[in-house]
Amino acid sequence: MRTEQSISDIILRVAHVMIEELKLEDVTPKTFDPDIDLVDEIGIDSMDLATVALVLQDEYGMRFDEDDYPGLTTIRLIAEYIKDALS
Amino acid sequence: MITVSSLLDEQWYERYKNISKLNIRSSIYDVTNRCNLRCKGCFFFSSGEHKAAQEEMDILKWERFIEKEKERGVNLAILIGGEPTLCLDRVEAFYKRLPTFCATNGQIKVPRDRFPDMMVGISLWGDEKDEKILRGKDTFAVSSKHYEGDEYTYYLYTITPRQIGKTEHIIKKIRDIGVKVHMQLLSNDEGVDGFSWRDEELIDIRAEMDEMLDHYPDTVISSRYYHKVITSGTMLGRKFGWMECPSVTETFDNRKPQPKRLIHFIRWASDLKTMHRCCTSETRDCSTCKDGAAHMSWVMVNKRAHIRTAEDLQNWIEVYEMFAKLYRFIPW
Repeated sequence: MRTEQSISDIILRVAHVMIEELKLEDVTPKTFDPDIDLVDEIGIDSMDLATVALVLQDEYGMRFDEDDYPGLTTIRLIAEYIKDALS
Repeated sequence: MITVSSLLDEQWYERYKNISKLNIRSSIYDVTNRCNLRCKGCFFFSSGEHKAAQEEMDILKWERFIEKEKERGVNLAILIGGEPTLCLDRVEAFYKRLPTFCATNGQIKVPRDRFPDMMVGISLWGDEKDEKILRGKDTFAVSSKHYEGDEYTYYLYTITPRQIGKTEHIIKKIRDIGVKVHMQLLSNDEGVDGFSWRDEELIDIRAEMDEMLDHYPDTVISSRYYHKVITSGTMLGRKFGWMECPSVTETFDNRKPQPKRLIHFIRWASDLKTMHRCCTSETRDCSTCKDGAAHMSWVMVNKRAHIRTAEDLQNWIEVYEMFAKLYRFIPW
């Protein structure tokens, strides 16, 4: 059973999944700014987000609602979304 | 990590931000199997798609279907056919519920009292001579009277190899009636003699399309990068084809690895149950497909691949803006 994770742990994990799944270069989970706008700065689109969400859903045993995608514009917001879903 | 703002100056970055969150989710609908023209090279008839499904005649079923499409997340309905204006009640059912684009041959006027701001795209296959060969009549003579000065209309000018050296004549005709134009290339699905593209012709027409855009920027809705991609069939060193096409109906898409694609895209037949493989004919060879919307979408869904140099990203922005203008997500 998954032990409760801090928001910082989840942020690092989301960053890791994003880097792995989207093959982002020149960035590590630790150097990935959790507040950078993923759409405006990294060019993430809804298909990218769906790819990342699938992995995170399995990992955390929760669901992302597609209607919520437009609000998930930073790694921190995604991490908070996961934490809320688990609480 | 390369970021968007590190590649763009302030002006380009603003343009990027104006489109980056539009999140356009389109699907295509065959409104009817019938048409008032029978054009040589029309994929719908040449591939037998007009017989693929029996038309749903009950308007209430259309309305319920469209509501479900809206719930599915569709925010742009692209109506094709057959000729959609033969069934204006179905067109109206879409228009009342979703941002709607109606492709038409322009022979029946969309009444603007019922559809004041619906985007209309009129097909045009060349000059008077080519139109008579391919479509049996000079459709522009009729459509230009119906849509003169209409700010929610553009011509979708499908250029044939025989149009090389003659496109300016067409662009001027369209400019003179106060309507915009977007250019694409004929795929010649029926192999009409003399209408298939040769490599050297594609090079020539690319130069001519660039010239038209430069000379008539207030009339032509296009971009140089789009011209490059559609005439070469390549983007960032990749070749267009089945494994790259973004406009495959979602439920048919079992490609591995999964390419970037239009989210939840479906092309529906007019029975509202049958789905077609993609935005164009199932019998078409994807490696020679010249479909303009598919090539535009190909660029658009590959945004991150363009975030590598300022030029690549600016090219992407121009193509996305072109698409957004054609469907009026942003002004002309």
